[in-house]
Amino acid sequence: MLTAAHLVTLLPLILVGSTAVIAMLGIAWQRHHAGTALVSAAGLVAALLTLPLTFPAASSPPLMQVDGLAVMAGALVLVSALVTVILSHHYLTGYIGPREEFYLLILCATAGALALVASDHLAMLFISLELLSMPLYGMLAYSFRAERSLEAGIKYLLLSAAATAFLLFGMALIYARTGALDLPGIARALAAAPDAWMLAGAALMVVGLGFKLSVVPFHLWTPDVYQGGPAPATIFLATVSKLAVFVVLLRLVLAAPVFHSEWLQGLVTVLALLTMLGGNLLALFQANLKRLLGYSSIAHFGYLLVAIVAGNALAMETTGVYLVTYLVTTLAAFGVVTLVSSPFSGEDADGLPLYRGLFWRRPYLAAVMTISFLSLAGIPLTAGFIGKFYVIALGVADARWWLVGGVIAGSAIGLYYYLRVMVTLYLPEPGMRARDVPNDWGSRLGGITLIALAVIILALGIYPTPMIDWVQRLAGS
Amino acid sequence: MILVWLILIPFLGGILCWQADRWGEQAPRWIALATMLFVLVIALWLWLTGDFALPAGAQNQWLLEWRADWIPRFGIEIHLAIDGLSLILIALTGFLGALAVLCSWHEIAHRIGFFHLNLLWILGGVVGVFLALDLFLFFLFWEVMLVPMYFLIALWGHSGSPGQTRIRAATRFFIYTQASGLLMLVAILSLVFIHFGNTGQWSFSYEVLRQTDVPEPMAYWLMLGFFVAFAVKLPVVPFHGWLPGAHAQAPTAGSVDLAGILLKTAAYGMLRFGLPLFPEQSANFAPVAMTLGLVSIIYGAVLACGQQDIKRLIAYTSISHMGFVLIAIYSGSQLAIQGAIVLMVAHAFSSAGLFILSGQLYERIHTRDMRFMGGLWGRIPVLPGFTLCFVAASLGMPATANFVGEFMILFGTFPRAPVVAVIASVGLVLAAIYSLILMQRVHFGPSLQKDRLAGPDAREYVMMLTLLALVILVGLYPQPLLDLTAGLSQATAGLFVDGSLSALAGEVR
Repeated sequence: MLTAAHLVTLLPLILVGSTAVIAMLGIAWQRHHAGTALVSAAGLVAALLTLPLTFPAASSPPLMQVDGLAVMAGALVLVSALVTVILSHHYLTGYIGPREEFYLLILCATAGALALVASDHLAMLFISLELLSMPLYGMLAYSFRAERSLEAGIKYLLLSAAATAFLLFGMALIYARTGALDLPGIARALAAAPDAWMLAGAALMVVGLGFKLSVVPFHLWTPDVYQGGPAPATIFLATVSKLAVFVVLLRLVLAAPVFHSEWLQGLVTVLALLTMLGGNLLALFQANLKRLLGYSSIAHFGYLLVAIVAGNALAMETTGVYLVTYLVTTLAAFGVVTLVSSPFSGEDADGLPLYRGLFWRRPYLAAVMTISFLSLAGIPLTAGFIGKFYVIALGVADARWWLVGGVIAGSAIGLYYYLRVMVTLYLPEPGMRARDVPNDWGSRLGGITLIALAVIILALGIYPTPMIDWVQRLAGS
Repeated sequence: MILVWLILIPFLGGILCWQADRWGEQAPRWIALATMLFVLVIALWLWLTGDFALPAGAQNQWLLEWRADWIPRFGIEIHLAIDGLSLILIALTGFLGALAVLCSWHEIAHRIGFFHLNLLWILGGVVGVFLALDLFLFFLFWEVMLVPMYFLIALWGHSGSPGQTRIRAATRFFIYTQASGLLMLVAILSLVFIHFGNTGQWSFSYEVLRQTDVPEPMAYWLMLGFFVAFAVKLPVVPFHGWLPGAHAQAPTAGSVDLAGILLKTAAYGMLRFGLPLFPEQSANFAPVAMTLGLVSIIYGAVLACGQQDIKRLIAYTSISHMGFVLIAIYSGSQLAIQGAIVLMVAHAFSSAGLFILSGQLYERIHTRDMRFMGGLWGRIPVLPGFTLCFVAASLGMPATANFVGEFMILFGTFPRAPVVAVIASVGLVLAAIYSLILMQRVHFGPSLQKDRLAGPDAREYVMMLTLLALVILVGLYPQPLLDLTAGLSQATAGLFVDGSLSALAGEVR
């Protein structure tokens, strides 16, 4: 039964949910773009502030497990959603048509992500995953007059449906063998060696979640969806959605012993290798920045799959640190694209030639982009290096030499396209100056957010101790 | 604290240069020059006031040390220390850094502030490499110096022969060094985890990890991980693919830094980390390393003879010279190791001189292709004479520093591996050939045009005369360098003494 203590634990989720309701009622009463954005941001900040109250939780609400991992992932989800809201406000200013519903969708999806990272029961997992995905269809197809956006939304819808089918079938197989849907129950029932049905069930669930994480070979939707969706929706997809799904995958792996079987570890190892190499190779000659970042995010989750293979205590810490560094980096990189594409005018500014010589026009914006790309490439003194350091350390500690080799090869290939983008920013010839940010971008909220993100990337790269302590404290419990 | 400032000064100076762009064209140049001279002065002051007369087997080999906690989770510290070798190389960095600023005074005409930001950050990274004693910190600086170097080549470089764009050269340079650096990171991490497994303590400290007991097949792999990273940077022949392009396409300042200092970080890494961390494995590996050194000497020299591009020619001679250094490091002889250090300094001077000269030629005749040169002796005053001097130094003429270095290397290697020493001396003959080819094709023969070109101005005179004076000074009186590095080279040579090498040297024979 729910108790008062449970309600406190659920407070962030409740706050986000009620903000969504308030936003909806507000829209019904009177449309006001800035007001809706402000309310959404306030709700997210309030949820973020109540998050420390929920930890350490005396007891978790039914179907949920509010532990350190959930709180950590919840904080990251809320921060990413907040950045998305801020950037959406800039982006949607130029949108013809209803703008306010976008925030409603963001809030619903955020609630789904918050529940997903804490779910301790397969039913909860499924419902919250759908709550996360459904609004995303709408967000991706938001500028539905643009053909690409509509295409992105429908593509994501269809492939999500396929992924859901895999996931449900896997759950059904596991339920058939164990008769339990809660994770501790499944773990208990599986104390003995798993049989073929169990393995099949677990593998199907990995595949289903792998679709959402765009693990190679289930990645085919990624580039089109990243390119087609409006930039803020892409940010949300690349950060919140991926993060939440990865955390729940890690939770499954840590909880259920079936994932520790040789066979399944071998399968994930192969998937990880394919993902890190495939993502990087496909990005190599990409001229569209959003597609390139899409492939790059594929590769990054390939690196992170090392943690799934290892599945030990250090893997938790690695996941936490890597996700933090990936989030700030991705938010900054996509943020620049969003800002250059703002305000919305039909098509996003995602062609690489548009960014040629950006440094000589907008030095600080280009510096933000350079820092985020250095971080994506994992160069020291940026946050990305700390993440890569953790992944390699985890691979070495667990003696997974194939994966370590894959990470190194992937990084070397990745450098090629990261450097290509970076040097484009500095090339002297003036590019097609069709799109440019307004002169006062740096003093607006979105610009300040981006500069703050760049500073955070550097700060985490130079002095990562606070982040490591935070992650260790939460992951250890 | 002075060690921290040695690293911070170039970084802060770089930012200042970037911002100084708004105060006019000259401001960044003067700031950069002052910054590098400041570093040089600090290094020289340490040299003059420091006491390097180390008793053999002293507990503390460091002249100065500075440490602070950084990432306690893994026992990572900011641990800086300086000894004779680091001091020489830092002084060299300061000196060549100032030269790099001077030689790009007219060459770089646009985006001056950003250029000097990159230049100074490279040098800051290099100083960090020479000071870091924590392996994590060392790796960090090792990688950090790549990024500004990449921008230096990619943005201010020359596009040379068709199909050889500067961006491609820069990218290749970056990928080679970064990928090999990651191998080193894996080796470092494996070492740390083995240490953790043995003792339950996290540490990236050089002194702690030296004591680690690594199981046998693993130790050899780890040694190779370090070796590959250093071999790419040195470069040793199968890993040299990035060097000719990067040298040829880089602006003059970039080539000076690359040849003068960046290549030396690799030799420094071998002397400081590679050998002391894995003495037995390195001794076992010595025959292979020496063979690779021989291949580098011959291969670099032969390819240098066939080049059309004057900067590519000098780049290939660097490969040849670094082959000598590699042989010396793995010879296990104190004399040879000291020779390697002298040769490193000498090569920094002579190759910097040649690169600056080819930069000056380029400013006058706008080509680096030797097919369009010839007969310049009669057309340009003074510069050809300087070229002759540096070419003589590069081929190891007695009374130049290069002669001292090469002679000591061959002399020290001979008792240990006579065959290697004999084959290596063939390199000296080849050096004479490519040097004379360079002189002949550029400055002698029929001239294509008749008009006279401008001689050196005061700035160019100062650079050339200083370099020349140093080459001859070290050539005539190398003793201060030898005093400074006696302790280190004795200790490094001592790592190999225990018979293992002499047995294996027989195989080479």
